[in-house]
Amino acid sequence: MTYIAKPRLRHPTLETNKVGYTRRDYEGKISTLCAGCGHDSISAAIIQACWELDIEPHRVAKLSGIGCSSKTPDYFLGASHGFNTVHGRMPSVLTGANLANRDLLYLGVSGDGDSASIGLGQFAHAMRRGVRMAYIVENNGVYGLTKGQFSATADQGSKSKKGAINSDSAVDLVGMALQLGATYVGRAFSGNKAQLVPLIKGAITHGGAAFIDVISPCVAFNNHPGSTKSYDYVREHNEAVSRIDFISSRSEITAEYAPGEVVDVRQHDGSLLRLRSLHRSYDPTNRHAAMIYMQEHQARGEVVTGLLYVDPLATDLHTALNTSEQPLNAMDATQLCPGAGVLEKLNASLR
Amino acid sequence: MQRIESINDFVVKFANVNGSGSASANELFAKAILRMGVPVSPRNIFPSNIQGLPTWYEVRVCEQGWLGRRGGIDLMVAMNPQTWDADLAEIEPGGYLFYDSTRPLPPSKFRDDITVIGMPLTEICNAVYSDARQRQLFKNIVYVGALSVLLEIEPEVIEKLFGEQYRGKEKLLASNVQALHLGRDFAREHLRAPLGIRVRRADKVGKRIFVDGNSAAALGCVYGGATVAAWYPITPSSSVAEAFQKYCAKFRVDPATGQNRYAIVQAEDEIASIGMVVGAGWNGARAFTATSGPGVSLMTEFIGLAYFAEIPVTIINVQRGGPSTGMPTRTQQADIISCAYASHGDTKHVLLFPQDPRECFDHAAAALDLADRLQTPVFVMTDLDIGMNQRLCDPFEWEEGRPYDRGKVMSAEELEAGKDFGRYKDVDGDGIPWRTLPGTHPTKGSYFTRGTTRDAYARYSERGPDYVYNVERLLRKFETAATLVPQPVLQPATNRTPLGVIYFGSTTPAMQEALEDLTASGIPIDAMRLRAFPFPDSVARFIEEHEAVFVVEQNRDAQLRSLLVNELDIDPARLIPVLHFDGTPITARFITRAVTEHVRGGARGLVGGRPPVVVPPIEAPGTEVAK
Repeated sequence: MTYIAKPRLRHPTLETNKVGYTRRDYEGKISTLCAGCGHDSISAAIIQACWELDIEPHRVAKLSGIGCSSKTPDYFLGASHGFNTVHGRMPSVLTGANLANRDLLYLGVSGDGDSASIGLGQFAHAMRRGVRMAYIVENNGVYGLTKGQFSATADQGSKSKKGAINSDSAVDLVGMALQLGATYVGRAFSGNKAQLVPLIKGAITHGGAAFIDVISPCVAFNNHPGSTKSYDYVREHNEAVSRIDFISSRSEITAEYAPGEVVDVRQHDGSLLRLRSLHRSYDPTNRHAAMIYMQEHQARGEVVTGLLYVDPLATDLHTALNTSEQPLNAMDATQLCPGAGVLEKLNASLR
Repeated sequence: MQRIESINDFVVKFANVNGSGSASANELFAKAILRMGVPVSPRNIFPSNIQGLPTWYEVRVCEQGWLGRRGGIDLMVAMNPQTWDADLAEIEPGGYLFYDSTRPLPPSKFRDDITVIGMPLTEICNAVYSDARQRQLFKNIVYVGALSVLLEIEPEVIEKLFGEQYRGKEKLLASNVQALHLGRDFAREHLRAPLGIRVRRADKVGKRIFVDGNSAAALGCVYGGATVAAWYPITPSSSVAEAFQKYCAKFRVDPATGQNRYAIVQAEDEIASIGMVVGAGWNGARAFTATSGPGVSLMTEFIGLAYFAEIPVTIINVQRGGPSTGMPTRTQQADIISCAYASHGDTKHVLLFPQDPRECFDHAAAALDLADRLQTPVFVMTDLDIGMNQRLCDPFEWEEGRPYDRGKVMSAEELEAGKDFGRYKDVDGDGIPWRTLPGTHPTKGSYFTRGTTRDAYARYSERGPDYVYNVERLLRKFETAATLVPQPVLQPATNRTPLGVIYFGSTTPAMQEALEDLTASGIPIDAMRLRAFPFPDSVARFIEEHEAVFVVEQNRDAQLRSLLVNELDIDPARLIPVLHFDGTPITARFITRAVTEHVRGGARGLVGGRPPVVVPPIEAPGTEVAK
């Protein structure tokens, strides 16, 4: 991405969304990632998704761990609070933040080093707990900030830039998310914005734990022949199960695709995920089938993309904990403190 | 043989097998004496095991009110053959042994300087109960019945306690009362009662309450407004979270909607639990975790982040024996250094040292206020001795209408009014910056939180001056903290003295008794009880004003003393360590003997003429396991 700061001036005819913001209002600081980095494409997709969803930027909390991917929240939604936590531990911090204020939208950004190695446990538990969040892994199969070591998602047999062969088998985060109970699971390619933007929109509006694995080639250390996370490799082996449209509950439109190829999935907030299935037999609401499909195609060396699974009626951790509708961080002593009278009774019971 | 004769001043110890159901019977014994108006202080001494290993319950009965461990046993209720020899050895000369005489023991298994009371408990229970579990469980109630005769504990008091415990469970109530009288009837018919030691109704308990520190800390978190708790089970802290759950279910459910005004998560590990607390604190909820030493070790990376990114976090550390897994079910004060400087780089953290359950309540609530005010981690440094044992203490108090100190949180209105917001700017000169909460304002006040260095406006910066500004401001904030934390409690000696003593936390009851004993033996000492780190100026002044200051603590390496030397730049020779670290709570006898030996050893030793003396433990070892 460019290092030249964009001018603050705004063209008066820039299109605004329903809440009065232009796309520029969803941008952040200038990226310091390498030119051509797939992560910047993901940032652009997040910006596009939030603008199209008419989200007020400050109503989003964006949290990340450590690594190239985790730096990206600084590069979008500049009016939001961001939190670059510690390596692999974004899920727990986001869980706590979410418990404190359920009214915000939570965007968790992580990388393959962050989520598949040191943070594998936290990733797993956030998914099984059903923390309402859009958990996006920017997956390039390599450690960029430390210059080119394999990450845990690097495929067995793939080559590093220096020619080393990876002998370890890969951690499949999508397979794990499906097994652990994530209620929205997708995979995308950073180079395919048309697929990525609606996938992110669906994740943000989803009522439970939403996970998207985005294959995001590292131009500096993992975009060479022998890598299975390069632009060329992913383009050649991409197997999309669906193309997705996201339709908000306020602006539903009629189907423009041939009947029989379209699957509408209404989420609990009323919004609609419109899946144009490339495989008529693929049912995105069947977790078990999704797992089998994924594994079969993976065995053939294919990278399956699209919305792989969704439970449109999913609930979240707050539902499980029966937490108050009013955010916990907005409660004061009158709501939280049982008072001196109760304490007197407690004292009496302890004698 | 001179029998020990004492009313309302003795120590009883029960030696049992873990898992035999003795805990509730032993507690019943202690509570019955308390209900007769006589202060008691019981202590569980238990193994890190569910079933089979030895466990003890020691009850000090003391009308005078001393609540520390005294040392020595006047009556041993020896119910565990595995520990027989060690238990027998602990009895004071002239003391008493109560045992199950169903199986005869050779005379060599007894001592001739004690009174031996045998009662065929197994035989009695086998005759009355057919069920194996009942035979085991009621054996405990039967011996409580017998002891009530031997020590003249009023049976009506015990029956009333049964009534409270088994309210609505009439069958259980009746069977327990039956077992009680089974023991009483046998004792009246076959044993010589009362013993030389016994209980007499008094009025020495007053308004005080009987509660464990973990429950009290949990209640402090409820009153202090904690809404998010994340924890991972670890002895001896687990009951803090469990009690918080219990109290929240009782006091924090919205009556109109039935929804909870709290969220509690049992996390997957300590790292995740502190991570959730950091996230909740960042987002403006009061949050805490409860853990012990190994948990703190796992949490240190996050503690460093919370310190540097300035996020309110409350950690209740119920200390146990370390290092590593150490002695998981024994007590120590050995996490002082690891908590004070937790994490890499230059860090300093606020520590609070409660002396008893009442202060566990006060300090837990205060910690939540301090964490918000200072935007930093605050540790409540309790320990197993306070946390898991019921202790007589002053009743809980709460000023009606007391507001929470939410610290410097800038509102949307203030931002709108154009108030300059720089997340890490020291606008008030106290080192504490202002913060905004996520979602506050559409265009103003947002910032990026990170563990990397930044400038005063939270912008990433690797410039040396920005870093130095930030870390020096954090030091300034720590100086501010010294004025906000609970201040030390000074207890001057009756006579002018060149000697001082510094102590803290669960050492307090033993120390109070030792101070009186020392004064009586002609060694008056000015005492200062520390309640927090950073140390207020009064601590340095106290040390200045004395030629020598004993520092009494329950760890091997004199950790508090190291902290005093390090932070106050004190000549180490002025601070004489008195260290107890075998895992049992320190006793008054230990402190008195250590100080007396040092003083009698020559005045020159007190003025820095010789190196500090580490007094080795002189109590019996705390691990009287099977032989």
